[in-house]
Amino acid sequence: MLSGWTVILASFAYLGILFAIAWVADRRADQGRSLIANPTIYALSLAVYCTTWTFYGSVGRAAASGVGFLPIYLGPTLMMVLGWSVIRKIIHVVKANRITSIADFVASRYGKSQLLGGAVTVIAVVGVIPYIALQLKAVSNSFTILAAAPAIVMPAQHSAVPLLHDSALYVAVIMALFTILFGTRHLDATERHEGMVAAIAFESVVKLVSFVAVGLFVTYGLYDGFADIFARARALPGLERLLTTADTAVGYGSWATLTFLSMLSVLLLPRQFQIAVVENVNPAHLKRAVWLFPLYLFIINLFVLPIALGGLMHFAGGVDADTFVLTLPMDNRSEGLALFAYIGGLSAATGMIIVETIALSTMVCNDLVMPLLLRRDWFGLRARADLSGLLLTIRRWAIVAILMLGYAYFRLAGEAYALVSIGLISFAAVAQFAPVLIGGLYWKGGTRSGALAGLLAGFAVWLYTLLLPSFAKSGWLPADFMTAGLFGVELLRPQQLFGLTGLDEIGHCLLWSLLANIGAYVGVSLLRPPDVREARQASLFVDALRLEDAGRWASGGGTTAQVSELLALAGRFLGPEKARAAFEQFARERGVALARLTANAELVRFAESQLAGAIGSASARVMVASVVEEEPLGLDEVMNILDEASQVRAYSQELERKSRELTRATADLRDANERLRELDRMKDDFISTVTHELRTPLTSIRAFSEMLHEDPRIELAERTRFLGIIVGETERLSRLINQILDLAKLESGRADWTSVEVDLAEVIRAASASLSQLYKDKGVALALDIDARLPGVMADRDRLMQVMINLLSNAVKFAPAAQGRVKVSAGGTAAEVRVTVVDNGPGIRAAERETIFEKFRQGGQDVLTDKPRGTGLGLPISRQIIEYFGGRLWLEAPGEPGEGARFVFTLPLSTGDNAEQEHAGGASGEEDTDRGR
Amino acid sequence: MYRSRLTTQRLAAIFLLGCLLFNYPVLALFNKAVAVFGFPVLYAYVFLAWLGFIVLVALVVERRQD
Repeated sequence: MLSGWTVILASFAYLGILFAIAWVADRRADQGRSLIANPTIYALSLAVYCTTWTFYGSVGRAAASGVGFLPIYLGPTLMMVLGWSVIRKIIHVVKANRITSIADFVASRYGKSQLLGGAVTVIAVVGVIPYIALQLKAVSNSFTILAAAPAIVMPAQHSAVPLLHDSALYVAVIMALFTILFGTRHLDATERHEGMVAAIAFESVVKLVSFVAVGLFVTYGLYDGFADIFARARALPGLERLLTTADTAVGYGSWATLTFLSMLSVLLLPRQFQIAVVENVNPAHLKRAVWLFPLYLFIINLFVLPIALGGLMHFAGGVDADTFVLTLPMDNRSEGLALFAYIGGLSAATGMIIVETIALSTMVCNDLVMPLLLRRDWFGLRARADLSGLLLTIRRWAIVAILMLGYAYFRLAGEAYALVSIGLISFAAVAQFAPVLIGGLYWKGGTRSGALAGLLAGFAVWLYTLLLPSFAKSGWLPADFMTAGLFGVELLRPQQLFGLTGLDEIGHCLLWSLLANIGAYVGVSLLRPPDVREARQASLFVDALRLEDAGRWASGGGTTAQVSELLALAGRFLGPEKARAAFEQFARERGVALARLTANAELVRFAESQLAGAIGSASARVMVASVVEEEPLGLDEVMNILDEASQVRAYSQELERKSRELTRATADLRDANERLRELDRMKDDFISTVTHELRTPLTSIRAFSEMLHEDPRIELAERTRFLGIIVGETERLSRLINQILDLAKLESGRADWTSVEVDLAEVIRAASASLSQLYKDKGVALALDIDARLPGVMADRDRLMQVMINLLSNAVKFAPAAQGRVKVSAGGTAAEVRVTVVDNGPGIRAAERETIFEKFRQGGQDVLTDKPRGTGLGLPISRQIIEYFGGRLWLEAPGEPGEGARFVFTLPLSTGDNAEQEHAGGASGEEDTDRGR
Repeated sequence: MYRSRLTTQRLAAIFLLGCLLFNYPVLALFNKAVAVFGFPVLYAYVFLAWLGFIVLVALVVERRQD
């Protein structure tokens, strides 16, 4: 059997459980293992929206207006969809600016105005008090009904009960104590209450399960399911209208109004703001909340209409529809379920009261009492070091005061209204925050005076059209105030202001109050431009998402690891030293060491801007996000990166190509320059050598000529010898000059060449013949060994002759007199003919084998006394000629002992155009020009 | 951040859809004293549309995790 004491005991046991949950969650939070850092807990805690108004009141409203209770829950469903951007933005602003309440938010947005914060606090307290009264009424009524079980007795008018016998007063006192224990045990700088949130989430589960249990009991226990209830209801004339909504302009208008109102409320009610924004652990939790919270609302509303219809059919009058959730199980002797339903209702009430009064007490303390105390400084507060004790005391008294005001409203006006209507009065009050809050989030032009004007105008209209009429209806104000209007002016009738009819009282109030509110807000704001402070705050709020995109995660914990991650990330793109230098510079500018730097939004933005310089802003943002946020990369982000990267890549490839070209051009130029300098040096050498070579015979000629000229007594024989020398030297001189001219022609490519098929054997024999006298004179034997099948070569006969004569005269020159032997052999292979000239002279040292082909170098000239025996141009000229025809001329190592110099040249066979091709390849210096390709 | 912006835009579109679904005149189409499988047509419509709406929102916001 249920008795008053059982119910009281159950109530306290339940509150004890709540307290235990909160205590555990607080401890976990202190240990850094937060219970509420979980999107599902966040979504459940948002269900603090569902108070006793939902738990008991929805059924009451459904019993009166059918599906008309639904807009209150469709509105939040719609708002949560927008919440993805709106609530997220508010959360970012709140975290970035360390805002602790909605009053703080508005005050901060409009230049940190204390006046504005105070105004918002007053409006919130006055506006929400009816709502708190509603909870007190619901809890005290449900207690009274349950304690009277099994009889179903509707509670008496509370105003008729003496104060000290009124259960609602005790409910208020207990709630005040409980909230004080819950919310103001200690002070948290961020005003976050982990334990409270955990308890609220638990309560959300309890009230949902409890309500659904009652719904199932009614639908399937008392009746045969949904279809049965609806079929029976349809048969009753009074109930049929509940299955549709009023098909009139007023009906739809009221539907739309309630949807709109509840949309605003789910954001603006102080407790919703507290839970959704201030207590939010991580903005990413919104992702689940935007659908899970609406789903919660959906489930808790499924059984509202069946319970309402079931109750109406079951009791047929005499029982307040607001109590059906409790009375239906009671009347059917399900006392356990009735107690569970009562606990569910208690959950709904305590959840709302705890969060709402904590939020309000924070506002009262921070935005109303403290500014006043500090301004007047009555108690010398400014000098006191530790104010936390004072703050807690103020908050505790604020909680008591708010609950007592709620009780007072309940005693004065609460009886005249159903639960839902009381709640709507509060909704309309907090809707006054919408223009300044939402306007302030998206419009930079709002000013402090505009916000204050808007708030006060809207609040005044609300007071006049909704709150005062609620007093009037309960007889606390004269009733003719309603019917005749203020001062008897009919146009000022509170609920037909300026003669407007055709709206319900909520729609009427909302229309006029928001009109006044928005009009004053915008109108006054536009009177003057925002001052510097307002403009700065405006930009902080309006651009929050853009500013915070980079730093949204930064307000979370564990930031030291993130600094190193950011540094490593930047290092990957900028190079470790450069990144470190940049970060150190950043830290220095802020006067902290790099190690003590925290990954706040500023640093993240800094890192992003550094990266943007290297990889483009879109990629930079994604890369930074990949470090500081666990969000996986979406396809679009990847496409963005690829797009940007491919552009960068194409650009860098272009650059690379150009730089390669430049390098090559530079190398070519350097080579050309080298060659020019080489040629210049060679020319200098050549000229000095040539002049030296020319001077030698000239000196000799001049010396002998002078002797002949100055001394007429020289004997004839001597004279003849001198003249012979002069002739020889002259010949040598002219030969030298011829050869120099020859060489110049060869080198410049201006020599006259005829290229015909030449019989090499014939050339060799002719050359030998022309030198035979010379060989005979010196007593050198000349042997020819010519292959009979020697093929012809393409060449110039005279030039070949010149080469042969040069080689043969060299050979005879160095072969020892009397015993000299010179051998010429010629033979052919498939591709070339090969001619060798070997003598038995002293030979040429290996080191000199190449140098003798240089101009004016002569073999065997190391003995200073040696007179030069040639011009030093023969071999270079010969080599030029041979190479011109595509062959090679070189000096080989001696083949056998006793052999002296062994000169070899080859010439390609005259196979058609072969020779022509070789011409180009054979020209001296061709290879040089090819270098570097 | 295109994806995030896309989610925002999708949700804005869904919001407008919701405003349409849960208001006059679409609501008026179902505001009839007719029963579908024993359910009043308005009741059935609002709850089905509501559920569909929630599922749509969930699909849009949770898609990013797959």
